[in-house]
Amino acid sequence: MKIDLILFFLLAGIAVVTSILVITRRNAIISAVFLVLNFFALAGLYLLLNAQFISVVQIIVYAGAIMVLFLFVLMLLRTDNESPILSDKRPLKYFAILISVFVFVQIAYLLFAGKPSRNITPDEAASINSGTIQAIGKELYTNYIIPFEVAGFLLLAATIGALVLAKKKFE
Amino acid sequence: MPSTINEYFQLMPFLIIGIGIILSVVIEISSKSSKEILPWFSIILFFATALYSITNISEHAVLFGGMVEVGGKPAIFNFIFNLGAMLVVMSSIGYLKKYGTYFGEYYILIQSSVLGMMVMAGSKDILMIFLGLELMSICFYVLAGINRNKLGANEAAMKYFLLGSFTTGFIVYGIALIYGTTGTTSIQNLIDNFGEYSSNIIFVTGLILFLIGFSFKIAAVPFHMWVPDVYQGSATTVTGLMSTTGKTAAFSVLIIMLTSIFTLNSANIFKPYFSAIAVLSMFFGSIVAISQNNLKRMLAYSSISHAGYMAVGLAAANSYSISGIIFYLAAYAFMNIGAFSVISIIEGENDSRTDINVYAGLNSKNPVLAAFMALFMFALAGIPPMAGFFGKYYVFVGAIESNLTWLAILGVISSMISVYFYLRVIVFMYFKDAEENFEIEVAPYSLSSVVISGVLVLMFGLFPDMLLRLITAVVSL
Amino acid sequence: MSSVPMEYYLILSAFMFIVGVTGVLIRRNAIVVFMCIELMLNSANLSLVTFSSYLGNPIGQIFVFFVMTVAAAEAAVGLAIIIAIFRNKLTVNIDEINIFKW
Repeated sequence: MKIDLILFFLLAGIAVVTSILVITRRNAIISAVFLVLNFFALAGLYLLLNAQFISVVQIIVYAGAIMVLFLFVLMLLRTDNESPILSDKRPLKYFAILISVFVFVQIAYLLFAGKPSRNITPDEAASINSGTIQAIGKELYTNYIIPFEVAGFLLLAATIGALVLAKKKFE
Repeated sequence: MPSTINEYFQLMPFLIIGIGIILSVVIEISSKSSKEILPWFSIILFFATALYSITNISEHAVLFGGMVEVGGKPAIFNFIFNLGAMLVVMSSIGYLKKYGTYFGEYYILIQSSVLGMMVMAGSKDILMIFLGLELMSICFYVLAGINRNKLGANEAAMKYFLLGSFTTGFIVYGIALIYGTTGTTSIQNLIDNFGEYSSNIIFVTGLILFLIGFSFKIAAVPFHMWVPDVYQGSATTVTGLMSTTGKTAAFSVLIIMLTSIFTLNSANIFKPYFSAIAVLSMFFGSIVAISQNNLKRMLAYSSISHAGYMAVGLAAANSYSISGIIFYLAAYAFMNIGAFSVISIIEGENDSRTDINVYAGLNSKNPVLAAFMALFMFALAGIPPMAGFFGKYYVFVGAIESNLTWLAILGVISSMISVYFYLRVIVFMYFKDAEENFEIEVAPYSLSSVVISGVLVLMFGLFPDMLLRLITAVVSL
Repeated sequence: MSSVPMEYYLILSAFMFIVGVTGVLIRRNAIVVFMCIELMLNSANLSLVTFSSYLGNPIGQIFVFFVMTVAAAEAAVGLAIIIAIFRNKLTVNIDEINIFKW
């Protein structure tokens, strides 16, 4: 067994377990911490996929910034633990879980039947090249300059929106 | 490839709004009287962009290495977005004082949301669609809850936000699968090789997830759960914006993504999907609206059923029905914004006076408003010769051309059901006596918004060829 | 990379996506629901990076970059909305926040 296969199963195992823990823990803060752990596992998987830049950004932005915001709000609001998840509306929730399992089986089947790797010949060198900061930066500031600008407006709008909703006093 | 300065000039509509947003932020920060300046500044911006778009409709070009499209279809959509937003801003000036959120950020957010819609309509790359959609949606989440002292507004914002971002998850996952099979996010590539891709099951799955996501945004059944609450809870003018231009933007994306189906004659593999959501939305919207007494909620259900009629056009998917959809969207935008402007004038403080009883005897109190409301109701019901009739007519004829006669017949039946609740408003206004006495304060700007919408609705109704010719000229570009 | 079949990553991504969807459907705390949505976005990101890496072109990774931007913007706005509703109602349970009838 090769080392990357072992690493994949290790990280995938962590991702699977933590993602299930996120939706089953009754305490929201514990859920958030498991979500952070899940993001770390994903960052590891990105490294296995030769996507160094995204891997770093995943840790800095997702685990570092977004999840800290979540934890901050959770601790600010200090919400109570939820009642056990399946305690109310039980048939509806079982139905939701059943549907989810069904959809998962279907997607998994599709992925094996459709075999997306059929048309793709992996090229290790191209893959390593495409994940570097140079490659991404070059694309981002040439072909993708307009989306980049739009993302700027998106962040501006989000900042203004968050300010409007959270500012102390109304005039 | 390096882009030339000329390409930037061709982006004029985006530049006007984009620079306008930045200037608005500067005005809001630096000027004490920004509350008075910003509405007028926005009106000028929107009007300039609308005028620029409609006059430069023939200058079709794809810029920045296949990223953005200007002229053609996007120009018509930009016209609808900007004119619609202009009318909404006009009716907001008086309304926001009543509603208790009289501040400048409101206008900046409307401008940003319009920029998002324009990006969606002009996109030639799935990445642009995604960013435009998010820019629009994030502004709408905030606008829905902009009066954070009101529980109703809070709830509307939260519902819209949670369901909207849930949808985003589906859209991103769908895009991932599309990207995986095509190896690129370019829409031109998608259009050119659609027939080849559509035999790939993963691609179809991705596209279906994408379509489900956008079915949320156009408010089609069974993805409509958020619509009534959000439309009722948000500020009336904001609802006017969300229900018209927001829906138009989502439809523009569907039209872009399915271009190859209606121009290159690829097999319409999504016919069953669109037929199903069309039938469900038409009937669900029309039937549930009958029992509604709150006018905003009634128009929310009517918006669902209108999404159904437009989806008939997507199921038919020939170039005639697509022009029909665009015409319908333009007509629907102005008649709905007009109706919401009237509601925002009648509405009192604290969300009062939105029930249908309030409209009893409106004719004796304010005959002008009553006449315009009647006009909008007739148009929404699709009674000839109003704009709404021709919208439905073109879409249904398109459906018959694609051998979907049964769908057209169901559409006609559903619009006959819907006549009931539109006419009910008119009956209340003209044939019932007023139950309570209240003063209607008609701000001049709000009234001019109503008048302009009314004139546009009449114009599209009496001379439908004028607009339709513009649309058919560019629809297959 | 080459010794792990691409499908493994995609199945993992599909699994996390479905877990996220299930979480949105069964959880009641608005913030946890939002975290489940982040989980969905991340699983889509995993798919995108997988495809990007195996195809050897950076477009998928650029897309992920923008998805992260959007997620950050949504988090800011969404948490502001949740704080606003908490101030009025002192709860973030989406079953209790229901003043409109169907």
